[in-house]
Amino acid sequence: MGEYSVQELTSILAMQGFAGISLFSVLLLMALGLAIIFGQMGVINMAHGEFMAMGAYTTYLLSVMTQTYFPEFMNYYFLLAIVASFLVAGLFGYLTEFVLIRHLYKRPLDTLLATWGLSLIMQQSFRSIFGAREVSPTLPDWLMGSWMPTDTIFIPINGMFVLALTAVVTIGVYILMFRSTWGLNVRATTQNRVMSGAVGINTKQVDRLTFALGCGIAGIAGAAFTTIASTGPTSGSLYIVDTFMVVVFGGAASLFGTIASAFTIAQAQSILEFFISGSMAKVFTLLALVIILMMRPEGLFSIKVRK
Amino acid sequence: MNFVYERFLGGKSGALAIGILALLILVILPLALDLFRLNLVGKYLTYAFAAVSLVLLWGYGGILSLGQGIFFGLGGYAMAMFLKLEASDPESTSIQTTPGIPDFMDWNQLYELPWFWVPFESFTFTLIAILVVPAVFAFIIGYSMFKRRVGGVYFAIITQVIAVILTVLIVGQQGYTGGINGITDLRTLNGWDIRTDEAKYLLYFLNAILLLGVIMLGKFILTSKFGQLLLAMKDKEDRVRFSGYDVSNFKIFIFCISAVIAAIGGAMFTLQVGFMSPSFVGIVPSIEMVIFAAVGGRMSLIGVVYGTLLVNYGKTAFSETFPELWLFLMGGLFIAVVMFFPNGLAGIWNKYAPKVPFLRPLLAGSKKAESKTEPAKIESEPTTEGAK
Repeated sequence: MGEYSVQELTSILAMQGFAGISLFSVLLLMALGLAIIFGQMGVINMAHGEFMAMGAYTTYLLSVMTQTYFPEFMNYYFLLAIVASFLVAGLFGYLTEFVLIRHLYKRPLDTLLATWGLSLIMQQSFRSIFGAREVSPTLPDWLMGSWMPTDTIFIPINGMFVLALTAVVTIGVYILMFRSTWGLNVRATTQNRVMSGAVGINTKQVDRLTFALGCGIAGIAGAAFTTIASTGPTSGSLYIVDTFMVVVFGGAASLFGTIASAFTIAQAQSILEFFISGSMAKVFTLLALVIILMMRPEGLFSIKVRK
Repeated sequence: MNFVYERFLGGKSGALAIGILALLILVILPLALDLFRLNLVGKYLTYAFAAVSLVLLWGYGGILSLGQGIFFGLGGYAMAMFLKLEASDPESTSIQTTPGIPDFMDWNQLYELPWFWVPFESFTFTLIAILVVPAVFAFIIGYSMFKRRVGGVYFAIITQVIAVILTVLIVGQQGYTGGINGITDLRTLNGWDIRTDEAKYLLYFLNAILLLGVIMLGKFILTSKFGQLLLAMKDKEDRVRFSGYDVSNFKIFIFCISAVIAAIGGAMFTLQVGFMSPSFVGIVPSIEMVIFAAVGGRMSLIGVVYGTLLVNYGKTAFSETFPELWLFLMGGLFIAVVMFFPNGLAGIWNKYAPKVPFLRPLLAGSKKAESKTEPAKIESEPTTEGAK
């Protein structure tokens, strides 16, 4: 590392660190949805990445439509796209739960296979509708460019926007899950389904909405994803393993654990990536996670439950 | 003799089913298909090893591994390394900067054979490695997870991650592994050219016989006391533990066995197809192996062979004519099998075959054995089993 001066090295660390924060944002948004679905309901949703891609394609579609019909609104469409991505992915998640998932609650390993099947179908649908090539929406001007705190550090604005979006969504999820009656119902259903039903919670409705919410957040992750990379039919599946690792590593039912683990994984990967090749960075990160999980299978932060 | 009949073949119905399968893959298919198609069937039958390993591990043990591709790949790569070293003798690689090392190493500026390649110059070592390396690897994974009572979905996710790690490693370390293209251009096995028609026929039969042998081994394991315990563990793990058995040791053992079976399949794959690449190691092939087992019937050692043949035939036929439809069909198949036919083809057979009049006399007397070894059950473990 002799060829770098101290100042350059600090800049590199800051920029790689920020690149890690963009990755962290997308991973966290993905993982929040998955943590709700997997952590609360115990459903392994292998199609989660495809729900993210669905959000990304919704954003793309809206961008194309705005450009064609209402070019004067180009600056604002992105905010609408975030909401639309949430609704589209959430609605589709609601349907998926109704048609597929609710029959499989007692067979978690089978939900894994069924949702993998669903993910294949969704990938091929994306390919048939949008083509095999990757697409990107036209981003509004205010998302372009970068912010330069010093001469050598460039921080991209879209990264900061995604970070802010992630913060808003995370706080929203926290309030919804831990400070609202609905969240109380969800947590009660997770802990004891029969008892929750007995005290009058409509557990089936809770399941359906929880799954829809998880998918909807994946949709938001998709909208955020379009600002940092282009979307292809298999974009979602690239993130699914990492996302599962975030959730498992963080401790399945812990919101704070999910945040901490998304941050650790994203930072480890992007800082390592600068010093060794990208593939080896991935190998070392995942290997470290596997080893930690073997020593501590319950994850970083876990709620102690007597079973 | 009676012992062999009861334990390795599984009584009358079992012997009949193995007989029919043997007739199909040893006589009917070789007579009916040309060499190109037969070679394809041979390739599918190597996947059937992985499917059979999943019957033992997942169907009876209740442990879903999404990393059977790891072991298939380890076996395949071990064989490919030996064949590649034989194909890269100094004479035929004399145009390289360093003659005598595999071509991809030369392209990646390696000037000597890496240490872990050296033992693969010996055929005996390679054969042992095909069996031992996957077993040791499975032991390490299994020991560290089952001893801590990690199971269920956590095990599935972690095996999947290990499959990803291995794939990324193979693709990234091009100079040592051949990268994304894998190890190609394999020619001879101890001087015997594996690319001739005669060799292809011979390898097909060797593969088919090995598969039948593995199925019989599986039958033997499942009819033993260990097999009974395995089933008991799957249904009520805690009760088996409270009865004084060390559940984790049984799990580790069956995981190692299944790893070795998958590895044999991988080695036969390399021999018959003539190359090995990371596309047979990662998540997608691993999950495909699970679907072969699910379609054939996760509780049936013989059913999964038909399942593997059927799915792969469908894949080949569809991707030739309607490549776009294939993924829809495959996805639909996953969902349909899980939702409507959890016991796959074998389940459909067991349900409807006794109703067909002329099959009844053949199946009579086997009812008892069948209901003992193949109960129509699907796992229903609580979701929180994993991280206690």
